[in-house]
Formats: sequence, structure tokens, C-alpha cells
Amino acid sequence: MEKTRVSRRAFTKGLALGLGAAAVPAGAAAFDWEAFLQKRFREMSEEEVARTIRRLERDAARRWKKEIRISAAKAMPGVVFGYGLDLSKCIGCRRCVYACVEENNQSRNPQVQWISVLRFRKDEKWSDLEGAERYYEPPAVPEPGFFYLPVGCQLCEKSPCIKVCPTGATWREPDGIVVVDYNWCIGCRYCMAACPFGARRFNWAEPTIPEGEVNPDTHYLGNRPRPKGVVEKCTLCIHRVRAGRYPACVEACPVGARKFGNLLDPGSEIRYLLDHKRVFRLKEDLNTRPKFFYFFSA
Amino acid sequence: MKAALATTVAAVALLAGMAAAQGPTERVTPGTGDDVPTLLVPHAPSSKNFPCSKCHRHVKPNPEKRALDLAHTSISLRHAEAQRWCLDCHEGDRLRLPNGELVDYERSYVLCGQCHGTVFRDWKVGIHGTRTGAWNGEQYYRVCVSCHDAHQPRFKPIAPKPAPIRPADLGRGFRE
Amino acid sequence: MSTMATTERPPTMVSVFLAAAWRVFKGDLRYYGWLAVLLALIGLGVSRYVTQLERGLITTAMRDQVSWGFYIANFTFLVGIAAAAVLLVIPAYLYQFKPIREIVLFGEMVAITAVVMCSLFIMVDLGQPARFWHLLPVIGVMNFPSSLFIWDMFALSGYLVINAILVLYALWRLSTGKEYRLAFIFPLIVLSIPWAVSIHTITAFLYNGLPSRPFWNASILAPRFLASAFCSGPALMLIVLQVIRRFSAVEIENKALFKIAELVAYTMGVNFLLLTAEIFKEFYSGSVHMAPLEYLYFGLGEHGRLVPWIWEATAFNLIAFLIFLVPRLRERLLFLNVGAVLIVLGVYVEKGVGLIVPGFIPDTLGEIYEYWPTPSEGIIAAGIWAAGALLFTLMVKFTVPIYTGEIRAGRARVAEPSDRTPGALAASDAETGRT
Repeated sequence: MEKTRVSRRAFTKGLALGLGAAAVPAGAAAFDWEAFLQKRFREMSEEEVARTIRRLERDAARRWKKEIRISAAKAMPGVVFGYGLDLSKCIGCRRCVYACVEENNQSRNPQVQWISVLRFRKDEKWSDLEGAERYYEPPAVPEPGFFYLPVGCQLCEKSPCIKVCPTGATWREPDGIVVVDYNWCIGCRYCMAACPFGARRFNWAEPTIPEGEVNPDTHYLGNRPRPKGVVEKCTLCIHRVRAGRYPACVEACPVGARKFGNLLDPGSEIRYLLDHKRVFRLKEDLNTRPKFFYFFSA
Repeated sequence: MKAALATTVAAVALLAGMAAAQGPTERVTPGTGDDVPTLLVPHAPSSKNFPCSKCHRHVKPNPEKRALDLAHTSISLRHAEAQRWCLDCHEGDRLRLPNGELVDYERSYVLCGQCHGTVFRDWKVGIHGTRTGAWNGEQYYRVCVSCHDAHQPRFKPIAPKPAPIRPADLGRGFRE
Repeated sequence: MSTMATTERPPTMVSVFLAAAWRVFKGDLRYYGWLAVLLALIGLGVSRYVTQLERGLITTAMRDQVSWGFYIANFTFLVGIAAAAVLLVIPAYLYQFKPIREIVLFGEMVAITAVVMCSLFIMVDLGQPARFWHLLPVIGVMNFPSSLFIWDMFALSGYLVINAILVLYALWRLSTGKEYRLAFIFPLIVLSIPWAVSIHTITAFLYNGLPSRPFWNASILAPRFLASAFCSGPALMLIVLQVIRRFSAVEIENKALFKIAELVAYTMGVNFLLLTAEIFKEFYSGSVHMAPLEYLYFGLGEHGRLVPWIWEATAFNLIAFLIFLVPRLRERLLFLNVGAVLIVLGVYVEKGVGLIVPGFIPDTLGEIYEYWPTPSEGIIAAGIWAAGALLFTLMVKFTVPIYTGEIRAGRARVAEPSDRTPGALAASDAETGRT
């Protein structure tokens, strides 16, 4: 009786220890408590924001071997951004996609691209987006008989993504940009299921960017280097637009298909566009009220 | 007398009201005679053949519409070539508008705008073509010929950047 | 140890619990073999999960196009199982059906296990699981009442607490030989019925409220969830109860099992009715929104990975439905068990990958990415199922001696059947009008 009892105990103990040892990853790094206990950006005081940014800049510099500046610039008062896209001009060259990737420090491997360019046949139904093709690779664009429709964050006024986020890690800033606090997001991907436009991306692995291609001019809520396991998406180049510059995609487009401006300024080009062109938005029946307007100028 | 004055005032008020009710007018950049943007990125003229008087001071232009085979053979006109030819737009060292007026090459957009009025209007307010600079401040416009070859304005197809990686291929190298 | 005490000193709850806890580690070779298998599966799952933590969720087959997959499919199925404990509670307490009343305890334990497994599946699905505290009130930020995720968190936690209280209370009373106090337990039981319905309705609403996914954005989703839960949960209970009966002294009347099977037949009938309604609406209307259902049952173009699985699941459900519908068939244990297994497997596919994956196919921009779980996902999922099985095994091993009165008798021996079995207890309860 004694013998079997000991052997049973030893068996279970040994099994437990073995499993425990197998579970501990080799070379576990020291745990960063400050990062773990960080508050959400919206709840931080000015001093806490400054401290957090210093820590993040330090970590980023260590990781990317480069001085990274993270801005916390607030929204300009009296500004709500709108975006216009001229579908009669877009040739589907994808220069906006890659300009965005470089400007916003998106991971190259695994590949993250915030803009998806869809291709449709001109003579077939397209407005339900069912027949979209995004993997086209002809020798030259535009191809006869096709037109191209780039899709990114639609800047919804009634965003389904914000509605469903359990931790409030994504919200809309006063200037209309929907942002993600990468240090608050738990990576549940509910927002990705909720977005009707497939605009959100997930970091399925640790992002990699070739050395030398890291853009050091970043914003906390935008293009700063982010960790794996969090959601990201187009932030309208928040680091540029809050400094008065155009988003990278607008400047990169070789045919001038992309328009951008302040919807609250009656003299802006985006307002002119809304007044004079027949604009529409994708999936308008879902009532998310996007501020990304498509039109055909010819 | 009083009735005439009252009628005039009323008519002026009515007209003013109608004008005001037209809605937002096109943006006028202050300080210029016309409503053209002030900040333009100039387009360098081709140094080879400019100015035209370099050669044409001594060579009198032949007004007969024909295909050129002695000089300017690199230019292939594909821009309303059935209706016009070189000397309809070029005269001396300047450009020629349809009504005979001449404009400098720096203001070549005026010539384009004579036929492409709707595009010209869009360009002036900033919704045709690309701008750089500040969306809320100084914006730099490009003149038409910065992007469009005046003789063959239609864009040639270009090679697209690579297609995105398919989701099934995204994980290669990370899986066990 | 108090188990060795003389019969003059009445057993206290603590002494009984300690004795029962000691019992958990004692069993025969089959018991240890079972535990070893479970621990091995858990160990494998843990090691794969560590790899997933290190590399990121790229070790799964989920991608931007199909951003929820096998883990969430398992979660959805298990919320249904948890909710179905209530199907035993209703006949037990509302209809005073004695044979089932005795086994409600085990149903509640299945519910606890299922809720724990649900939480584990959510944890392994998160990209940053250490940050789960962001969801908690006060220290985190809760997007309440906007986010259904938070509603689900409250519902499942509350359900876990209710069932834990019910189980612990029952064990406490049983351990000291006292009767249940109606005043205490009845309100909780009455609360647990709408609560069980709520947890599954809220989970359904979590998918239902997304207009971006027309496959889920259909009014039929919540009723369909409830119908499939209420046939798969009790079917699983049928198997679990027979296992308990086989390996312990707990007596469970066949009448209880047949009654459960009858209820499953009705709920499966409702499930089929709702399926018919769904199929008619999509295929008759013929809009683009029928694409996910078409993908599931017939494939879209050359994409048809789930087609054989869903037809198998539908066939399983149909066969099981017929078995449970016909009394002569369901009252034969062999058929009953075949039917139960078929239903569990059928609903697992129908409500698991058959619900989650087509929601993303085609995706919002018309792309079709055929998701299929990687071995890593399968191993981690198996580890969680093994953890649930282990938890349930340990709970049952703890409970049974208390339940049958073995420990209460004061010695570690088989109790006299006459005055210590639950059947007799229940009879005496009925006389005095208590539950």
C-alpha cells in the first residue's frame, strides 16, 4: 500500500514539474511593469503623456537603432477632415499603397497594407463589391475595360468599430480621425469583424521594417512603431495633417485622384467637391456615414 | 422721381439678393487679376528647342498643314490632330489662343483652358491634379504640362506596384 | 483526519470537504490513465500556446480577411453548452420531475466547466492577453453599454457565480446531512433560467449586431443559437451522466435520461425549422447576401472546404433527431448514445466553424480566403478541452462521495443504500415540501 502511494504521488509530481519546465520559455526577458500598467491615452494627464512618450521613444530607438520622435499633437480646432477620391482618374498603380506603407511604418513581413486597391470590370455590377479583384498584376495599368477603387478607413461618423471595441482602445478624435491606442488594444479583433470596409489590419506577428526605411517622424495615435497583437489602420497620416501637410497618399498619387481637406472650411477643395461633383460613399445603406467620398469627374 | 428712385433701389436689392443666393462662388485668390492660383510649380521648357526664335529668326514658318520631316520629328501630335496642327497653337516665341491672342509659356494653362474649360475650372479650385504643401495654407499647384505632355496629353499606362501578398501566403516562415 | 473520527462527532463541512479533496487523488489505474492523458494534452496545448505567444497569432490560420476562427468557434459552441444546463433545471424545479432533480448538480458543474473553457478560448484568441485587465471595471475602461463583448463578460461571470453558489451550497448541505433551504436556493434557480437564456442570447447579439457581416446580421441568429444550444447541451449531459453512473455509485434513473432525450428531440426540431427558414430566406431572395450560405452548403466557385463538413453535420443532426423523436428508439441506450454523440458533433460543426467562418466569406471587400485551422490551433483547442475535462473530472471526483453520502457516513466505505442515497433524500424532501 505504501509503495503504490509513493509511486502515485511521485508520478503526479513529476508530471507537473515536467510540464511546468516545458512551459517556461527560454530566455524570458525582464518584465516591463510601467508598460504593462500604462493607462489609456485618453485618461492620461499631460505629464503622463510626456513620460509615456519618452519611454516609448527610448524603446523604439533601442529596437529600430534610430532616433524616433513621437508627437502627441492634438487636433486643430474647427477642423474635421474629409477625403475625396476621383474614380475616373485612378489607374490602380498602387503608388498610394506603398507610399502609405513607408510613411506609416507598416510591417513588411508579415505584410501590412492599409490601402486595398480593388479592380472591377466596367461593364459588370460592382457596387456591392462582390466581384472585386485586388491581386491583379498586369504589365501596365490602367487596363482597358477596368476601373480601380482604392479602399481604406472611410472615416465614419457612426463608426461600428468604435461601437464594439470592449476596452475603448479605438475612438474618434475631434478632427474626425478614428485612432487606435496601440498600448491599450487587447487584440480581440471585434473591430475587424465590425468594419464594413475591411479597413482594419492586425499585427499577426512582430512587425518588421528594413533598417533605414523606418520613418522617425511619428505620432502616438498614428504611425509610431507598434507591437504584435494589436489592430491598426489608416490614421489619415495624423502626424502630417495635424502639422498642416497632406497625407502621403494624396501626394503620392501620380494622377491626382486623391483630394483632401477640412470639411468645416467652406472654401476648401473638399467642400467644393461635395458641392459640385456627384459624390457617393461605399455601403451607404449601412448608415455609418463615412467622410470618404468617391466620385467620377468624367 | 421718388417712385423711380424707389424702383431702382428695389431692383438693385433684388438683384443683389439673387446674386447672394447663388451659393458659394469659386475661390478667388486675392492679389491677382484673374482667379488662377498664385503658387505654381513651374514647368521647365525643353531647353533644346527653346526659344523658338533661336532658329526661326531666320526660317520663315510654312503655314501649310503637313507632317514635319526636317525638324521637330520627335514630336508626334495626338491631340485633336484632325482639327489642328502646330501653328494653330504656336506662334513665334509664344503660344497662340484660338482668338489670335498670344500668351507666354508660363501661362500655358490659359491655352489648355480654352478648350478644357471644365477641367480648368476644377484645376483652379484645386480638385484637378495634385497639390503639395499645406492643406490649410500655401498650396503648390502644378501647371497642366507638368503632368500632361501637351502634344500627347493622354497618360501612358505604367507598371503597377506589386500586388499584396495573399492571406494564405502571409504566414510562410512563421509557422512551425 | 476527521474522516477517522468516531460517530459521536457530527462531520463538519470542512472535514467532509477535506476528505473529499483527499479522495480526488485516489483512484484506480483507469483514473490515473485518464488523468495522464488529459495532463499530456494540456501540456502539449500549453507548449504550443507559448509558441503562439512568442510568434504571435500568425501561427493560426486567421488573417485579416477571416479574423476569427477555430478558437471563437469553440467559444460559441461552449457558451451553448453552458446555457443548456438550464434545460435540466426547468423540468427539475418547475415540473418537479424527480428523476432529473437529482442530477441538476452535475448539469451545473458542466455549466461551470463550459464557462471556464469559454474564458480560456477567449484568452488564447487575444493578441495581447496580458492586457485583459483593460476590460475590468474601475481599473480598466469598459465600453459599456455599447460593446456586446462587455455584456457577455458580465453575463458569463455572473452565470459562473450563480452556478458555483448553487453547487457549493448543495455540497455544503449534503456534506452535513442537512436539507436544502428553499428560501435560499429557489431565487437563485429562478434567476439562473433567464440568465442561461441571456448568456447565449447576448453571445448571439455579439455577432448579430454587425451589419458588416450579413450572414450574422439576420434576426434568426439568436433563436437559432438557443435552439442548437438546447439540443447539444443536454445531449452532452446524456453522455456525461452515463459516464458518472458507470464509474461511481451515483444512481441515475433511465427515466431521467429518456426525458432529457425527449426534450432534445423537440429542440432539434426547432433547430431544423429555423434552418429551413434561413435557407428559404437566403436562397429564395437570391441577393448577394446569400453568398456565405452558398459557400457553406454548395461552395463558391472552386472554394468549398466546408461543404462536406456541413452536410455531414446536417445528416448527423437529422439522424439523431429521428432517433430521439421515436420513443422506442430513444429508450434503447445504444441508440440514445449514438444519437447523443451525433448531435454533439453535428452542432459542434454547425455552430462552430459552420457559423464563424462563413461570416467572413466573402469578406467585406468581396474576397474569399478559405480558412482552415492549423495544427497549432487544433492542439491548443484540444488542450483547453482536456483542461475542461480535467476540471470536470476533479469536480465529479470531489462531489460524488459527498453526494452518495460515503463521506458523511464517517468512514471511507460504501454507504448503506437505505438511508443515504439521494433518491431517499429526495423522497424525504418531497414529504416535507422542500427542494
